[in-house]
Amino acid sequence: MTPHCRYVLRLADTNLVLAQRLGEWVGHAPALEEDLGIANVSLDLLGQARLLLAHAGELEGRGRDEDALAYLREESEYLNLTLVEQPNGDFGDTIARQFLFDAWQLELNGKLAQSKDEKLAAIAVKGIRETAYHLRYSGGWLIRLGDGTDESHRRVEESLARLWPFTNELFDGDEVDQSIAKAGIGPAPETLRAGWLRHVDEVLAEATLARPAPAQFGWYGKQGRHGEHLGYLLAEMQSLHRAHPGATW
Amino acid sequence: MTESSKEWPLYEIFIRAKSGLDHKHVGSLHATDASMALEHARDLYTRRQEGVSIWAVRSTDIVASDPADADAFFEPARDKVYRHPTFYDIPDEVKTL
Repeated sequence: MTPHCRYVLRLADTNLVLAQRLGEWVGHAPALEEDLGIANVSLDLLGQARLLLAHAGELEGRGRDEDALAYLREESEYLNLTLVEQPNGDFGDTIARQFLFDAWQLELNGKLAQSKDEKLAAIAVKGIRETAYHLRYSGGWLIRLGDGTDESHRRVEESLARLWPFTNELFDGDEVDQSIAKAGIGPAPETLRAGWLRHVDEVLAEATLARPAPAQFGWYGKQGRHGEHLGYLLAEMQSLHRAHPGATW
Repeated sequence: MTESSKEWPLYEIFIRAKSGLDHKHVGSLHATDASMALEHARDLYTRRQEGVSIWAVRSTDIVASDPADADAFFEPARDKVYRHPTFYDIPDEVKTL
């Protein structure tokens, strides 16, 4: 698999896994209105994932379509960021995860809009407006929880501290990232950090939350090295297709 | 705010379907604050391109007539047919009145 294909697959898997995670909230959100709000975000990400998976399948050139890539790969073949496979936890955990991700994705899509891969650029442009709304949603909630009651402040502060170490991977480039940056297909991950941090700090300040201390260790889901949670998520997501290959509505 | 209920406040939602048309009442929803009311309205009522503008109003801010007053309020208009503009002769040339 070329670095180009691998890179697009990383983006696709990251969107897909987060869409699946958010989908777990449907029917369980704190209010009916939030049920729909989260489902909308989930479906936006799923839409982006489908376009990216189809594109990765074409780049690979082995005849695998979006379904084959989504439903018939093993855990170690999934290349999503470790952040997005983290369990939903409580509503604050989900919001903190979403906010850290949205702020990153907005920076990323802004850069990908200039990609030399025209298809990737078009997918990114479509995603920018969606992501801008997602960030408004997650950022708004982070501010409400951080600047809310003593309990909501304490709990969302813990959520942030728990998730913060997983953000290292977002800005830690490896040989795939270097290769696509050199080819003008995508930005070097570390170049996204300043813009991301500026936005994160702005919202954290309004939420009266402190930025967590830097963590020294990293995770490498984008290299197929996952924690213990992804396997369960994939088992649930893939079970229907594996039991009934090719099933459609 | 004196509300002690755990329930989020209720907002009435009005949507303008396209520029030039009025905002029409489409329903209500719960939200903790005004900006959340707008976001929920966007997610609940405009997901199929139903609108280009949203108004949200706290339900408690709406002043409503009392159904018990209906007789005094609306009954007197019943026998005043002359208030309808039905006693004018319309010239044949006027097509679009």
